[in-house]
Amino acid sequence: MSSNNKLKVFTNGILNENPVLVLVLGTCPTLATSTMASNGIGMGLAATFVLVCSNIVISALRKVIPNQVRIPCYITVIAGFVSVVQMLVEAFVPALDEALGVYLPLIVVNCIILGRAEMFASKNGIVDSALDGLGMGIGFMLTLTIMGTIREILGSGTWMSGLDGLFPFLPEGFAIQVLPESIDPFTIMTSAPGGFFIFGVMMAAATWLTTRPKKEKASAPAETAEGGNA
Amino acid sequence: MAVELAVIFFSMILVDNYVLVQFLGICPFLGVSKRLDSAVGMSLAVTFVMVLATAATWPIQMFLLTPESGAWDMGYLQTIVFILIIAVLVQLLESILKKYIPALYKSLGVYLPLITTNCTILGVTVLNIDNGYNFLESIVCAAGAGIGYLVAMVLFSGVRRRVEEAMPPKCFKDLPITLVAAAMVSLSFMGFGGIVENIFGV
Repeated sequence: MSSNNKLKVFTNGILNENPVLVLVLGTCPTLATSTMASNGIGMGLAATFVLVCSNIVISALRKVIPNQVRIPCYITVIAGFVSVVQMLVEAFVPALDEALGVYLPLIVVNCIILGRAEMFASKNGIVDSALDGLGMGIGFMLTLTIMGTIREILGSGTWMSGLDGLFPFLPEGFAIQVLPESIDPFTIMTSAPGGFFIFGVMMAAATWLTTRPKKEKASAPAETAEGGNA
Repeated sequence: MAVELAVIFFSMILVDNYVLVQFLGICPFLGVSKRLDSAVGMSLAVTFVMVLATAATWPIQMFLLTPESGAWDMGYLQTIVFILIIAVLVQLLESILKKYIPALYKSLGVYLPLITTNCTILGVTVLNIDNGYNFLESIVCAAGAGIGYLVAMVLFSGVRRRVEEAMPPKCFKDLPITLVAAAMVSLSFMGFGGIVENIFGV
């Protein structure tokens, strides 16, 4: 039972409580870094690292930190880990550092991390908090990657370009051409309006997936009709 | 000099608008833009804190973290130092307003605690350093960014009232349709690209 609960804590973040699409936290980095799938993966990995580490530390300190000053304490812990990530990324994956730019230090004010510290890590044990951080981080990364995939394929016709900056074993200039080059890509998808639009559509899809009537219940005719419309 | 400052100011409002082009501060943008008065209150509070935070962080970066003489380089502390300064500043501002200007506190006060985790503030302070602006340029850039935030919020609260009355498909209700509307507003801001350069002839 207990291990079952742990699994649930972990998988919660991936769809049911997906931080971006359901809890609507961390919208800024989602929109800004999902221009390419590889940027989404990079941002997701960086945020997951910070999320897991800060959740562990905050959960370990939850009985020490006085309630009145908890937010500044959380922010300091998070800022510490963000600086670690910043230095690591700058040193080992400079291409990602360039692609993410100001959004890398801005992980500090990513509401997912502070939100999980406040909602989960300050109330639960270390193992649960780490799992929660991991689940939320993976949910964040998956959303960013899917959104990046859609925007990149529509906006520039390629997929996973720039992944060689993230994983050095890939050949330089790695990219998968999805749309044939004869088709002009919709460049608007990689710029700001496309980001808002795809995000809206994805959120609608997530709402539909999580709230549509389950198959067993769909035998009731009224519900089937409604599900079809939605 | 004045022209350069004007270029920075107007490009921050129209071309590099923080919300609609650079994706900073989306959470409050979606959260508070439902009503016009709260949109204006929040943006004014953001503008105020942005200018103050820039005025506080720029000298600290230039004289304490990375002094020009090159005596030491503590640039890696930027993130921690800046976010702490912003948090302290917001707290300080809240108590000062509460004590001395209660009228202003009443209109802006509720938004102040939210501002610490608003990425526009940290964003503008870090970007000012990254762009290599001098002190005056940084202040003008921060003010422009704040006004741009105000413009986006006010425009969008108008759009949003119409959207609320519409009847989208069920799964598009609330946020998804709002985001699609934001896409349209952002599209209109794309039209401003290059306008500032042409007006000031730079």
